Amino acid sequence: MVNFELFVFYVFAAILVFSASRVITVRNPVFAAMFLVLTFFTCAGIWLLLEAEFLAITLVLVYVGAVMVLFLFVVMMLDVNVEPGREGFVSYLPVGLLVGAIMLIEMIFLITQRYFKSENFPPPARAAEDVSNTKELGRLLYSEYLFQFEIAAIILLVAIVAAIALTMRRRPDTKYQKPSEQIGVTKAERLRVVQMPSEKR
Amino acid sequence: MIDSILHLLWTVIKIVAILLPLIISVAYLTLAERKVIGAMQVRVGPNRVGWKGLGQPFADMFKLMTKEVIIPTNSSRFLFLTAPILSLAPALAAWAVVPFDDGLVLADLNAGLLYILAMTSIGVYGVIIAGWASNSKYAFLGAMRSAAQIVAYEIAMGFALIGVLMVAGSLNLGDIVRAQSGGFFSWFLIPLLPLAVVYFISGVAETNRAPFDVAEGESEIVAGFHVDYSGMAFAVFFLAEYANMIMIAALTAIMFLGGWLSPIDGFGDGIHWFLIKTAFCLFLFLWFRATFPRYRYDQIMRLGWKIFIPVTIVWIAVVGFAVYFELGPWFQIRANGI
Repeated sequence: MVNFELFVFYVFAAILVFSASRVITVRNPVFAAMFLVLTFFTCAGIWLLLEAEFLAITLVLVYVGAVMVLFLFVVMMLDVNVEPGREGFVSYLPVGLLVGAIMLIEMIFLITQRYFKSENFPPPARAAEDVSNTKELGRLLYSEYLFQFEIAAIILLVAIVAAIALTMRRRPDTKYQKPSEQIGVTKAERLRVVQMPSEKR
Repeated sequence: MIDSILHLLWTVIKIVAILLPLIISVAYLTLAERKVIGAMQVRVGPNRVGWKGLGQPFADMFKLMTKEVIIPTNSSRFLFLTAPILSLAPALAAWAVVPFDDGLVLADLNAGLLYILAMTSIGVYGVIIAGWASNSKYAFLGAMRSAAQIVAYEIAMGFALIGVLMVAGSLNLGDIVRAQSGGFFSWFLIPLLPLAVVYFISGVAETNRAPFDVAEGESEIVAGFHVDYSGMAFAVFFLAEYANMIMIAALTAIMFLGGWLSPIDGFGDGIHWFLIKTAFCLFLFLWFRATFPRYRYDQIMRLGWKIFIPVTIVWIAVVGFAVYFELGPWFQIRANGI
């Protein structure tokens, strides 16, 4: 069964690398966003192989189900034209190569060091069948890493408040309804009964 | 090797055993919808094909199968044809973790509830991609409306489910049902009534059903995201919508109405109770459609963001206190090992 797992891993990894490279090479931004969705989905598949089912499903739920939907929403609305974006390609190329080279060197340093060699990381032992990944994660988050968890939560909350504060402004020209006032309307406010004689033929 | 092949074959047989009845129920749900709404509007509904109109779904199906699939000019052909599949596949995949009876489930996931949430949230792609790939303004407007609506209601839906898992103490759907054992008054419908209402209404919104069907909105944007679809491509969208409805109904039955449990404790539990409860929730879907006029777009957003989300947050806090202090008959955590 181990070989089959390896086979599945390679299939997923191939799809992952292919779709991730297509994200930046494909011309149409909508297709790029869809490839990014495929990348996330395949990544979740690989995480499932690592028995990290909670993280895998959360990845699909948060990134595929919510973030990318909003992304697509924006990309479709903007109707981006790609061509002008490619004009400065040559002039930006040296900077891009420099950044890429630095990242490559850093990664080589990391991976070739003795602490991070793959021999130092034997494949984790299979968890017993009744071990719930979710429960273990929750236990760790709310006991050992509670402080870090709370800090992350506060940062997210601040981000939400900031985003709302930036976009919420009074716009006097827009007309919106106040349902409480609509419900509170009485007959006297809207209806005027006029007494008048009937018209002659 | 032979063992694993047999295992695979057995799994495929189980998948077929779930999907075949599901698709037949989708077919008959369309008939039930027309009959029920007909009865509510004092009409007879379809009664020509077969005995009392029972052949109608098949007549519709064959009609759609023989029609031409028209692909609009300047549209993205690949995405245009993938969109219906993208909307149907998650609707069917979510059924993998639904427990029909004690132990009668395809995949007994520990994180089943999360899986369901993830699958239902993927379904929106079909709608968005269909709207964009059709290269039509009406379809695009429908897709935009649908995307905003589904994102808004998913949050309320997720919060409602948090309440369920707090009381049940588990993400496993089977364990959630088992935590409700003890007759009608132990069902989560009673301690979590606000969440149950929010969940079901969000479910109606999530499946783009009346009164939240602005994504189709035939009076304003013709038929919304599937205006350019015809024949089998349209039929697949239809199938996905009804499969999603049955899904939401089944989940409501599992999480708030005690799944396969009988209302009288220990008296004839079984799959028939699950089916009866699901059918009842489906009837509510049809009832809503016959009763309520369509919401306006801004009213939908207001309901989702300003009413449902605060209601669920308040009730989660209430449930949190109740579980912590182990109040009443409902909030002692019955699940094992916490």
